[in-house]
Amino acid sequence: MKTCLVVDDSRVIRKVSRRILEDLGFEVAEASDGVEAMAWCSAVMPDAILLDWIMPGMDGMEFLKRLRAEPGGERPKVVFCSGETDIGRIRDALDAGADEYIMKPFDGAIVAGKLAYLGVAA
Amino acid sequence: MIAAIDRVFVAALCLARAGLRVDAEKGYLIESRLAPVARREGFSSPEEFIGRLRDGGGDDRLHWAIVEAIALPETEFYRDHAVFEALVHDVIPTLVRERAGAPVRVWSTACGMGQEIYSLAMLIADTPVLAGKVELFASDLSEKSLEKAQSGLYSQFEVQRGLPARTLVRHFEKEGESFALSPRIRQMIRWRRVNLMDDLGRFGQFDLVLCRNVLTQLTPEAQVRVVGQLKKTLAPGGRLALGLKEEAGGELTPLPGGLGLFALPQDAVRTAA
Repeated sequence: MKTCLVVDDSRVIRKVSRRILEDLGFEVAEASDGVEAMAWCSAVMPDAILLDWIMPGMDGMEFLKRLRAEPGGERPKVVFCSGETDIGRIRDALDAGADEYIMKPFDGAIVAGKLAYLGVAA
Repeated sequence: MIAAIDRVFVAALCLARAGLRVDAEKGYLIESRLAPVARREGFSSPEEFIGRLRDGGGDDRLHWAIVEAIALPETEFYRDHAVFEALVHDVIPTLVRERAGAPVRVWSTACGMGQEIYSLAMLIADTPVLAGKVELFASDLSEKSLEKAQSGLYSQFEVQRGLPARTLVRHFEKEGESFALSPRIRQMIRWRRVNLMDDLGRFGQFDLVLCRNVLTQLTPEAQVRVVGQLKKTLAPGGRLALGLKEEAGGELTPLPGGLGLFALPQDAVRTAA
């Protein structure tokens, strides 16, 4: 079974994402900020990460840069999942090493489409 | 709930105008598609809208508004991604070689809101060896869809259907709440309203014709008519792209890969003449 880590400071978003990902057949882990997410990834690298941008503590961008510097940290497919819809900001996220980008609000079809495009269908 | 007599009227209208197969039993489908159009046209309900036409009122435009609302437009970029890969890496480069300098003419026959032809246009623009060698045409039954397609404006929701984020940042700019496709891509395409049930011979010949996921919406009789028409628009040696599970039949031979791609033999026109 493929694993997906959901990183978001909103419990509601984590819950919605979990339901979508479980319906797609993923095993889901949750983290509420970048620090918690790094702890998960040091223990076991997930196959995919849904990553919020703005979070207290370590934000999504900072987490992404640290993750990519870790041994094996290039492996997970990272999908930014943010309310930020400015083209320049999306480009920044992709340049920093994100594989895909989802603008909030999103639905199951969008998540499924992005993960399928990245070849991480469960 | 729309009365049976109104549902039958809608089904018959769609059949007569566009060969569409509409199940008159599916009241919910008819109601949900027609409700926004009825509102737009100033009727209080779909029933009142249909009633007016059934009583002999309403002009041609209102009749078409019903047909256009029932015909399902394509709403996803790069639908069946493998098809686009095959077109850009194999089919179109082969056609460019075969046409030896003449532009390869491509026609998206049921372009809906433009996602299919723009997907192809963006791939071609990003493939230097194809740039300037391909002419793109797009048509649809629906004037409304064509207007939207030509504007190149999509909602946040629409640009997340099938469009990779890297393609989004390369070819779109934010315009208010919408995302606007770059003029460079939009200018690659020539548009026209076309009903596939009409005589298509007058549009000249094309090297690649796309008609994906349309046949399954048509009656068997209309399917035969449309495939026959599409064949007439194909240049000798041309290729036809249908939906993944759609069949062309006749002298069109399927290309390997199971992607709904077919080839018309080089000598097909001579055989037919």
